[in-house]
Amino acid sequence: MDAPISEDAIVGAAIGAAIEGMRPIVEMQFADFSTPGFNQIINHAATLYWRTQVPCPITIRLPSGGTSGSGPFHSQSMEAIYAHYPGLIVMTPATVEDAYSMLLEAVAIDDPVIFCEHKYLYYHLKADKLPTEAMPVGKARIARAGRDLTIVAYSAMVHEALAVAEELAGEGTEIEVVDLRSIKPLDTDTVMASVARTGRLLCVGEAWPWGGVTAEVIARVATEGFGLLDAPPQRLNAKDTPIPYHPNLWTAHRPTARSIAAAARNLLRM
Amino acid sequence: MFETAESVASSDGELYLKAFRFMLLARGLDDKMASLYRGGKIHGGVFLGRGQEAVSVALGIALKKGDVFAPLIRDGAGRLAFGEPILDWIRTYLGSALGPMRGRDGNVHRGRPREGLLPMISHLGAMISVVNGTLIGRRFKGVKGMVGAACLGEGGTSTGAFHEALNQAAVEKLPLVLVVTNNQYAYSTPTERQFACRNLADKAIGYGVAAHTVDGTDLEACLKVIGHAVDQARAGHGPQLVVANLLRLCGHGEHDDASYVDPKLKKGPVGRDCLKVAEEHLLQQGWADAVAIETMTQEKTRKIEDAVAIVQREASPDPYKEIWCALSCRHLSEGFDNI
Repeated sequence: MDAPISEDAIVGAAIGAAIEGMRPIVEMQFADFSTPGFNQIINHAATLYWRTQVPCPITIRLPSGGTSGSGPFHSQSMEAIYAHYPGLIVMTPATVEDAYSMLLEAVAIDDPVIFCEHKYLYYHLKADKLPTEAMPVGKARIARAGRDLTIVAYSAMVHEALAVAEELAGEGTEIEVVDLRSIKPLDTDTVMASVARTGRLLCVGEAWPWGGVTAEVIARVATEGFGLLDAPPQRLNAKDTPIPYHPNLWTAHRPTARSIAAAARNLLRM
Repeated sequence: MFETAESVASSDGELYLKAFRFMLLARGLDDKMASLYRGGKIHGGVFLGRGQEAVSVALGIALKKGDVFAPLIRDGAGRLAFGEPILDWIRTYLGSALGPMRGRDGNVHRGRPREGLLPMISHLGAMISVVNGTLIGRRFKGVKGMVGAACLGEGGTSTGAFHEALNQAAVEKLPLVLVVTNNQYAYSTPTERQFACRNLADKAIGYGVAAHTVDGTDLEACLKVIGHAVDQARAGHGPQLVVANLLRLCGHGEHDDASYVDPKLKKGPVGRDCLKVAEEHLLQQGWADAVAIETMTQEKTRKIEDAVAIVQREASPDPYKEIWCALSCRHLSEGFDNI
């Protein structure tokens, strides 16, 4: 359905249709534009099951993250804000295969799903064929095995992390890259097992630093796996400003393979 | 659950009498809730529909089983007419574990979505698009002849949600009836600080929807005008906006003494008590005599006292037995309760 530019009413209508047994998919044009619909998402969709025991199976697609030249209002990563609220599932696929299988799963799940699909997936990634099997939601993936340092990433940052792992492999360092796949639920077990192998943790997120996914991962590892760490856990996020338009500024604003590699080398020296 | 409303009264008098009974019951329940609140028996707020029963009941009584109804905080009479059991009302206010919200939500935040009665969230205007969504969902399923109704106050018309949802309903040509009760105050904010248009019903023009205005203190007018709006929506004439004018005859909640209400309004035509107006009309028309009204009043009181006595013996929710999971897919829960 084409809809008037009314994010609040679009999400509201999806909730109503879900009550009627439909499984609506809402497509926000950009994650940034989900804010006018925020009230219906966090106060209505996320509370409905808890309050009434009537599930709210809606999927809200958020084209997320930055692209060159997109500026402050077409570049945001909003996963952490939605993950903060009880009653929502937040998926952050990093690969085309995951985007495909997890979107199908999102629609099948009886709870509201915030589906953060990075625009990097549209423009830069391809899959040879559609996947025939998939890991369950809530399970992180070891995107690359290693024994010296764990980088926990999600969405497009997984690819930056993999590039760093490749680069540092040439220097004799084996980096393990954990792709979280969904940030809520967050697969603490897989992260913890990886840190147990490497003793070193670097969390990378394209979102802003305050609170958020990287803070959550570090909080969990520090509280539940402090003894596994050989060095203080580190994190890398975007700078704490709106997202800049110019490519020179944008490249410096968010984590890239270059800044991640620097953070990794720094952590290896600790 | 719904055992009441539905049947259509055969004459004006019967319909009027039926509506009056619901108004009487709603007023009685309100008075009882207020008294329990003052006795410290209710946690949180108590929000009364005093003065708004005629509008509310006229909508509830015009809806049928299979319709969708999203009442707001002063729609006790409409809820009863739509078929909400009085036990749901009392259990939600007293926080009984057996109520539809099981202590997870309280007071006016109650409903049964699967049975067409949507439980409001506090954010005004938010329920309208949800009603739209139920209508769109049913359209996909090929269900015809149904109506969705939502209630709002004049304050709620200032929200973006109101604008978005009314425009959405108009674009989709949905059978939505939106009843806006202008009770002169949004909490303590008077109408001149709320909107600058001459008549709220004029807003309908901008959306391309039909508008109706009614004296909300006059049950006969409410039954006629709101009943007509519901019929129009059901007949496929698109969204209907009804604006009812009256005065809120209570505070925003029972914690509010409403000392800010202009005394001139209380003495003016909007300040009439719709229940008294209705009673006088019943007597004038000869549809009931004083004895019949006294019998109805006693019946209402007994019904309320019996139901409250039942609920007061019921268990409260137990935090140790509570399922602290906001997801229906429990396997996807984070399990923070163990931290």
